[in-house]
Parts: sequence; structure tokens; C-alpha cells
Amino acid sequence: MNLYAVRSIYLFEMARTWRTLLQSIVSPVISTSLYFVVFGSAIGSRIDAIDGVDYGAFIVPGLIMLSLLTQSISNAAFGIYFPRFTGTIFEILSAPVSYLEIVLSYVGAAATKSILLGLIILATASLFVPLTIVHPVWMLLFLVLTAVTFSLFGFIIGIWADSFEKLQFVPMLVVTPLTFLGGSFYAIDMLPPFWRTVSLFNPVVYLVSGFRWSFFGTADVAIGVSLAMTLVFLGICLAVVAWIFRTGYRLKN
Amino acid sequence: MHPIISVSNLSKTYASGFQALKNVDLEIRAGEIFALLGPNGAGKTTLISIICGIVRASEGRVLADGYDIVKDYRAARSKIGLVPQELTTDAFETVWATVSFSRGLFGKPPNPPLVERVLKDLSLWEKKDNKIITLSGGMKRRVLIAKALAHEPQILFLDEPTAGVDVELRQDMWRLVRELRDTGVTIILTTHYIEEAEEMADRIGVINKGEIVLVEEKAELMRKLGRKRLILHLQNPLASVPQSLADHRLELSAHGSELIYTYDTQGERTGITALLADLDRAGIRFKDLETEQSSLEEIFVSLVRERS
Ligand SMILES: Nc1ncnc2c1ncn2[C@@H]1O[C@H](COP(=O)(O)OP(=O)(O)OP(=O)(O)O)[C@@H](O)[C@H]1O
Ligand SMILES: [Mg+2]
Repeated sequence: MNLYAVRSIYLFEMARTWRTLLQSIVSPVISTSLYFVVFGSAIGSRIDAIDGVDYGAFIVPGLIMLSLLTQSISNAAFGIYFPRFTGTIFEILSAPVSYLEIVLSYVGAAATKSILLGLIILATASLFVPLTIVHPVWMLLFLVLTAVTFSLFGFIIGIWADSFEKLQFVPMLVVTPLTFLGGSFYAIDMLPPFWRTVSLFNPVVYLVSGFRWSFFGTADVAIGVSLAMTLVFLGICLAVVAWIFRTGYRLKN
Repeated sequence: MHPIISVSNLSKTYASGFQALKNVDLEIRAGEIFALLGPNGAGKTTLISIICGIVRASEGRVLADGYDIVKDYRAARSKIGLVPQELTTDAFETVWATVSFSRGLFGKPPNPPLVERVLKDLSLWEKKDNKIITLSGGMKRRVLIAKALAHEPQILFLDEPTAGVDVELRQDMWRLVRELRDTGVTIILTTHYIEEAEEMADRIGVINKGEIVLVEEKAELMRKLGRKRLILHLQNPLASVPQSLADHRLELSAHGSELIYTYDTQGERTGITALLADLDRAGIRFKDLETEQSSLEEIFVSLVRERS
């Protein structure tokens, strides 16, 4: 294991985070606060408690997930896309590092950043609504698992993309809708039966549900199913990354 | 002594279907400066990129210091430093950070004194805290060299190191290259400039259209280059070379109005005096004379033409 290399890439990526602190941390915090003002206070005050959870608190896990997903994807995608775009990737490819080490450092840095972000949003949310977390360890587990899985997903997008448009395409046009329709702002039970069935094909439903369970102890789907679905998605991403490196897809001519 | 790099039967066909390398065989000796000479698109960068692990070979294999570059990529790559042709650097990192990064990437523990020495050798020390984006092109090239040297490679590839570099920096660079060679580093450089190969290299390889067309000791090449031609423009054209001049192995050209004598400048005697005396005796008069030296450039051009 080339630990010096993993450390170098990881610190390089984290340095990029600190350099772009405003864009990385501040803007998601502001947008989350806006969601609270609009959904939590303005609209939420007219919505009944769901499963005994006040609506303002109810949307917290969903909001964190929303940021976690989009940020994990865009951080990781950008982190690997940019060196490909500028050509500095040559150095990584010519270095004595294994694919595992490359993934570990890039995905590790992207996940670190979004986990920090998730915790910051959680702290911000607690300023708006009183929060108690029923299963804090599970909460952290879901946070980390989701951050890692979607950073891997973002890494794949960053390798697949050959333009900045494509880089933005997936987060904008796929992940955001899936998250909004994934029960971030409502319980799946509130939907008509047909849409409830459709929702079960949306992977984000399982993430949000599991994450919400760790907060309130209630969920749309069983916690075991949520965890299993997350792990399945993680496995799929790992398999795709392994394939990318085995074939050199979009990395080596 | 086994070669430090051994390329055998290497071919590369890009996804576009273009074959950039055709069954290349090449051995680089430990400790030498090897110049790879070739026109645009000859395949120099492709060859280097394969050896360094950036491009995948379609066929063939490469050993670096005895290690297969695919199977033993860790051992092979940790011995190699690469200065790419394009100025690809990060923009917002400082010089110090990017050079230290390279060292770590190649698996070496931090060593600030070494990084300091490398930066000083390349006259980058005053710029160490500057962001790369604020540097000039020549300085960026030096940063790339510093990055390549940061992990103390045994083999250094310089892909057109002097493109866009002023005379002073070029000389600095050659001094550095010689110093590195003196410490035992093997250096492979590519260039379009024959003088550069002539000045620097121990051996010269010429590549054209993906094929190695010549590999030769520079000294041997220079010996070949040592041949000169003496051209005599005659007052009266000759139908043939007179019998009395047969010993000089003259050639007659330009419809009999030029006599050409080929001789070796490095030989004991050139035979020019005897030739002129014999010409006088044979009553052959000339109105002008010139000498010509075939240059590496000519050899190069004729090699490249022959194949096309
Ligand atoms: N990614 C690629 N896809 C398709 N063809 C390529 C690719 N990269 C290089 N080539 C082609 O392969 C050939 C060799 O290119 P290469 O860059 O190795 O040449 P070179 O000798 O380094 O030239 P130069 O002196 O201009 O740097 C060229 O014809 C080039 O167009
Ligand atoms: Mg080139």
C-alpha cells in the first residue's frame, strides 16, 4: 500500500475544499436554511405532525440527505474530472499507485467533505427546530455509508463525463428529482397507492427512510431493507469502478 | 550489463484505428543520455507514455530496470520520472506544494531539504510560495522538471524539454541533465532539434511513422558525418573521368561539369594536395570549388524521406 500517495492525494483534495470553502460549505448551508424558512416554517406550520414528528423536524433527515447526495456526487465528480480536463491526471497514472489507492483517496476526500457538510447542516437545522436523535450510531453509519456510496457514484460520473455539461447533467437532472421524489419532504404513505409503488423503485427512498429512522425511530420501509438497498448500491458502484480501472475506460488510451 | 529499459515488439493502435507504433524494439543503457529524434507525429510521446503507464500498449512488452511495467508497475514506475511535453500543471497550488505532492505520490516520505535542493537547482526557490498560475511558461516547465525529480528517479524522461524555452534556460537545463547523468540517472529525451541531440546525447535513435529507423552511438554517427565532399566546378565539361585520375575515385556530375571528391576529415591525410597536383598534370582547370559536409540533419531527412 502506497500510503504516502493516498495521503498526498487526500490532502491535495482537502486543500481544494479549504480553498473553495465558500462554495463548498457556505452555499449548501444557506440553501438548507432557505428550505427551513420556506418548508419548515412557512408551509410546515400548516402541516400536521407526521407519525408524531413535527413537520419542521421531519424534513431534517431529508434535507441532509439532499445535500449529502448532491454534494458527494459533485465533489467526487469534479475531483477526478478536473485533472482529466487539465491533463494533470498524467501524473497520477504514471505514479506507483494502485487503482484502489486512487479511489480510496479521491472518494475518501469527497466523502469527508460531504460528511462534514452533513454535520454542519445538522447543526444549522438544530438552530431552527428542536432535534433528538434516537439512534445516533445508526445515524452516523447511514451518513458515512451514503457519503461513500454517492462519492463513488460521483467518481464514476467524473470519469464518464467528457464535458462540463455532462458533469452537471446527472446531479441536476437525475439526482435532484430522485431526492425530491424520494420522500425528503413527505412520508411515502402520504402518496396515493400507485405512486407509493413507483417510489419503491427510487433508491433514494431507502436512504431517506433509513436515515429518518435513525432520527425518529419510525420509517417508510424497514430499516433492514434500507440498509440492504444502500449496500447494494454501494456494491454496484464498486463493481463499476473496478471495471473502469480494469479496462482503463476514459482514463487511458 | 542488462539494459535499464528494454522495449520489445511494442505496437500501439489508438481507438481511432491509427497505428502510432509498429513493432518497436529498443534498449536503453543504464546511465546514458539517449535522444529520440523524430518529426511531428512520429510516435515519440506515444512511446514514452506507454513506458510511463499513461497509455496502454496494444502489443509487446516493456521492462524498466528488469520490472515489467504492467505486472510490476509499482516497482517499475517508482524508478521513473516524467516531464511531459505539454505544460500540464495545477493552477492554484504553490510550487512547494505541488513538488512535495509529487514526492508523496511516488511513495516517498516527505523530505523538505531535498525539495529545497531541487527547487534551488532549478532557480525556483524564490517562487516556492507562488501559485503556479502566476508563473511564466519557462518557469512552469521547470516546475514540471522539479516534480519529476522530487522522488529521485533513476530514469528520467524529458519529452521535448526545450520547446518554448529561452537560450539561458536551455543551457541551465543541459547542465542539470549532465549533472543528473553524472549521478547515475539515465536520461531519455525527445527533440526535433538535431543540434540538441548532437550536443547532449550519448546515443541517438531516430523514429519515424511509428518505427525506429536508426539507433547509433553519437560518436559513430559523427564519424559518418565526418565525411566531406569537395566539389570542383570545371571550366570545360568532361565526358568521363580521365584514366590518370582513377586512383582518386572521383565522381562526375552535372553533365560532366563537376568533379566530386569524397574524403574523410578525420583521416591521416585527406589526399586533396595529391588530387590537385594530378588535376594540374592532366590539364583539368576549374573555375570554382566548394566543400560540403553531410550533417545529421541530412541523414535524418534522408532517413525520414526514404520511409515515406
Ligand atoms: N489519443 C490519440 N488518439 C488517436 N491518435 C493519437 C492519439 N494520440 C496520438 N495520436 C497519433 O499518434 C501519432 C503519434 O503521436 P505522438 O504524440 O506520439 O507523436 P510525437 O512523435 O510525440 O509528435 P510531436 O513531435 O508532435 O510531439 C500521431 O499521428 C498522433 O496523431
Ligand atoms: Mg510528442
